Amino acid sequence: MGLTLAEKILSNNLGSEVRPGDFAVFRTDLCLLQDGTGPLAVRQFRKIGFEKVFEPSAVVVFLDHAAPCPKSELANDHMLLREFARQTGCTLSDVGDGICHQVMSQYHTSPGDILIGADSHTVTGGALAAFSTGMGSTDLAVGMGLGKTWLRVPATIRVQCTGALQRGVYSKDLMLSIISQIGADGATYKALEFGGDTIESLTMASRLVLSNMAVEAGAKVGLIASDSLTEKYLEEHARTDQYKRIAPDDDASYESVLDIDSAALEPQVACPHTVDNVKPVGEVSGTRVHQVFIGSCTNGRLEDIAIAASIMREKTRHPDTRVIVTPASRRVYMEAVESGYVDTLLRAGALFMPPGCAACPGVHGGILGDGEVCLATTNRNFLGRMGNPKSHVYLSSPATAAASAVTGVITDPREVV
Amino acid sequence: MMRGKVWKFGDDVSTDLICPGRYYHLRSNLSELAKHALEDADPEFAANVEKGDFVVAGRNFGLGSSREHAPVIIKLAGAGAVLAESFARIFYRNCINVGLPAIECDTSKFEAGDEIDIDLAAGIIRDLTNGATVTFAPLEPAMQKILDDGGLVEHIKKHQGFSIA
Repeated sequence: MGLTLAEKILSNNLGSEVRPGDFAVFRTDLCLLQDGTGPLAVRQFRKIGFEKVFEPSAVVVFLDHAAPCPKSELANDHMLLREFARQTGCTLSDVGDGICHQVMSQYHTSPGDILIGADSHTVTGGALAAFSTGMGSTDLAVGMGLGKTWLRVPATIRVQCTGALQRGVYSKDLMLSIISQIGADGATYKALEFGGDTIESLTMASRLVLSNMAVEAGAKVGLIASDSLTEKYLEEHARTDQYKRIAPDDDASYESVLDIDSAALEPQVACPHTVDNVKPVGEVSGTRVHQVFIGSCTNGRLEDIAIAASIMREKTRHPDTRVIVTPASRRVYMEAVESGYVDTLLRAGALFMPPGCAACPGVHGGILGDGEVCLATTNRNFLGRMGNPKSHVYLSSPATAAASAVTGVITDPREVV
Repeated sequence: MMRGKVWKFGDDVSTDLICPGRYYHLRSNLSELAKHALEDADPEFAANVEKGDFVVAGRNFGLGSSREHAPVIIKLAGAGAVLAESFARIFYRNCINVGLPAIECDTSKFEAGDEIDIDLAAGIIRDLTNGATVTFAPLEPAMQKILDDGGLVEHIKKHQGFSIA
């Protein structure tokens, strides 16, 4: 019996074959900390008695969730993390460099890696065929100190996507539909493995959306086989030598297979207050929107900003709808400037926040008022997620978000693209 | 044997409800952060929970963010264990790592305010208010060992590395 992608990566790491349900201690190729979970990880690291990280080049510390700092307490946390990075020699990605998952994908994550991150959206790295998963601060403290972590090998749900997405429909719509079918806890403790001709023809930016939101179905990882497109992506980021072909075996054993007819899909919107509360855009169109947020580790890449710019070109935002755009990384921001997208969106009335998590986690940069509605391209719409439990968050693709920014109400992007 | 009062919660209690983002700046001040534990799920909880009480919930407790602060502040607030129909993966792992027992079981028989006692080793919960008895499967041995050592920090210190095989 063959191996799924998850089983293959874990077996290669261990040097012997593992199957779902097995417990083992694995080598961690990469560790990621961010400013919300990092300070606790550093304290736990020191409490255990570690002084050195197992491999400085394998540990990356990100200041992205509260960047720049809205409060002195958080500025002090940033000082702690900068000092830790200096002391241990690990890589620091400072305020304005971008969101951890985007920067990891650009410069660090490679096919076959085991990446652990003190952030639930660490699953993003699955799009590069890395076993990339979120954990808590103490797990990261141990991972950084020992270069090891314990894992239970997950069973795999294969998500087989067939057909081309229609005009106005994107990988975000595909993923919201998948989450609504699996449910917010349907893949708990399991691996999702995305495949099929739909996935093969997606850009890396679009693939990253699928992996990023695997955790919204409860999954431990959201994996995609590496292929020529992965190789090209690594090449664009000066990492050609880090490419490896990793794919599941043809006779891999899946716990279940979910077949998706991608061609039949319409634009989707996740409604308050759970990510699996998904409706076709037509069922919620006309809902008044006070704030549109285009950004995050889900949809803050160049492709997303390009779509928003194409929809808002020579238009203006609705006067009662503010529009916040946040590039996912410094590189994305620079490319968006060079491509003229920033100019287009500024003229349309959007505002730009520096690369980072911005409004998504409710720390700063776009907190909502009582009763207000935000249409966001992010990954979570939990009650209170964007800083106010009396507000309402809807999730959509950048196209739906941009179309709605112009009309001031939730709008089917197929009416404008 | 642990004994305490039930604080009842529903399904899909996210880490945003347990540890709201608006208190992000208190994450390095855990005792202050603990005053807001579960605030957006039940504003009465943190101020009124008594030491040894239990958080009892429905499905998918702790979904969302990896913030370990969520189980840490539930523990600091005084809860002796969290019981749920099911747990989100990272939250569950974090509970073990911080030494807070997380028990997956049928929670439908327990009502808010009920007195219950829990025998962790035997896997039995008795509701002393209504007489109901619920059993649960023991933890995986690897996780039980970490929990028995008092959490992952103590486990690693004690064994100078992982000792879960």
